[in-house]
Amino acid sequence: MSGGLQTFGPHGPALSADGLCDLRAVFDLLCPMHVVLDETGHIRHVGPTIQKLWPGQSLAGSRFLEVFELARPRAVTSMQGLMAAAGRKLHLGMRAAPRTALKGILLPLEAGGAVVNLSFGLSVQEAVRAHHLTGADFPPTDLTVELLYLLEANAMVTEAFTQLSLRLQGAMIAAEEQAFTDTLTGLKNRRAMDHVLARAVAQGQPFALMHVDLDYFKDVNDSLGHAAGDHVLQHVARKMLEVTRDEDTVARIGGDEFVLILNNLQSRRRIEEIARTLLDRLQEPIPYQGRPCRIAASIGTVLSSEYDSPDVERLMKDSDAALYTAKRGGRAQHVFASHSVEG
Amino acid sequence: MHGLINTAIQVFLQDSYGPEVWAEVLMRADAGVSGFEAMLHYEDVVTDRLLQAAAVTLARPQATVLEDLGTYLVSHPNMAGLRRLLRFAGVEYEDFLNSLDDLPDRARLAVPELDLPRMELRQVTPCRFTLACAGGPKGFSWVMVGVLRAMADDYGALVTLDQVGATIEIRLVERDFAEGRAFDLGARTG
Repeated sequence: MSGGLQTFGPHGPALSADGLCDLRAVFDLLCPMHVVLDETGHIRHVGPTIQKLWPGQSLAGSRFLEVFELARPRAVTSMQGLMAAAGRKLHLGMRAAPRTALKGILLPLEAGGAVVNLSFGLSVQEAVRAHHLTGADFPPTDLTVELLYLLEANAMVTEAFTQLSLRLQGAMIAAEEQAFTDTLTGLKNRRAMDHVLARAVAQGQPFALMHVDLDYFKDVNDSLGHAAGDHVLQHVARKMLEVTRDEDTVARIGGDEFVLILNNLQSRRRIEEIARTLLDRLQEPIPYQGRPCRIAASIGTVLSSEYDSPDVERLMKDSDAALYTAKRGGRAQHVFASHSVEG
Repeated sequence: MHGLINTAIQVFLQDSYGPEVWAEVLMRADAGVSGFEAMLHYEDVVTDRLLQAAAVTLARPQATVLEDLGTYLVSHPNMAGLRRLLRFAGVEYEDFLNSLDDLPDRARLAVPELDLPRMELRQVTPCRFTLACAGGPKGFSWVMVGVLRAMADDYGALVTLDQVGATIEIRLVERDFAEGRAFDLGARTG
């Protein structure tokens, strides 16, 4: 065995002249972190593990309180004070760097002086690292190595769980994103719009709700096929994103039906401008495989600020009515809900 | 089967043979997942299919694949953490051998649901040992052959290993054959 604790001969601890065991060797093996003090408070002997904390400096002969700092009990500056703390839990630390914290207990010896047994307590992981300790520096009955094993195993398991949580979170975000997205256009879908609208109403912030419906879209589908129709819808989605801000919501809620929720917009003039720009841009021919697709749109708008207590159903109904009026008024019209005061 | 076992097989194949081989094994095993999570549970049959698929894909006997897996678990840099946990067993290779009886308990201490086979070490002569594995995942004793061999290298000991059924015979030829790898009790990994 290469263990640093093997200090006996083949027959165990040597007997001293008075027939007693050499307790020093016993302590070195069982409590390799003990310190023996004489009656003046000077160190007579230290266990091999404690000696490792001061490499290149023999502790024997030094005054205990000059090597160790006593944090609790406080204000102990003499051997007398130290002896008074016998049997109590001592909080100590190395005075020298890295100032490793230690716990200890002092036992007075009948012959004078005392034995102090020390342990690392919770500082064990840093202490083992800082002082390059090995398994051989702790007796097999001491749980320090098991504790280190457990800390390390626990850190690995925690890390595995953290990684798992991160991957699940990523998957969840992707799934939610997908559940709220119209896959053809990349706009929000009806579900997402319901959420946004409900939240906007609940927060009581003013917003404009634009209900957009395409005209002649069916003709494109019928004459040029569904691929052309899809192309047109993607084009329309881009145009809608162009005229809105990031904070606004653009949703495709049906085949060729869209809703735009414009946050904090109350100015009819500004809204009219936005609607007009969108209607103009949607009237421009959309090239598809060298052929122009011609569509148009109609818009009905409600302003939440014109209601005392707006509710989602009412806003949708009124914007729908305004949209219907717009459609009857001819191509590319925008109409504000006329009946915007609750009756 | 605990996800740690399937994940071990996955990272072993990925790190040793590359992502293409792993993708092929996964497809052949018809595992129904795109990869394994260490902290989830899977049907035992998935692990069996995974090992069969690995043997077919690599065109090697399953026993050899399992032994290589054992070696990988201890010696690959990506597995430094596991090797460290095993080195906590003691200062010398014999300490490690004598700690194997405790290995399932040690594993459970870290991961309560992880069931490893019971292991019993017998010292036949001062330099000859037998290790009997009982229960646990099929073919586990092959993995242990790889682990024992790699750990011998780690400690710098020279051993010969023979497997008879679920029992492994270990002959310790030389305790300090070579300079082993250092084990710093307080080192940080990962």
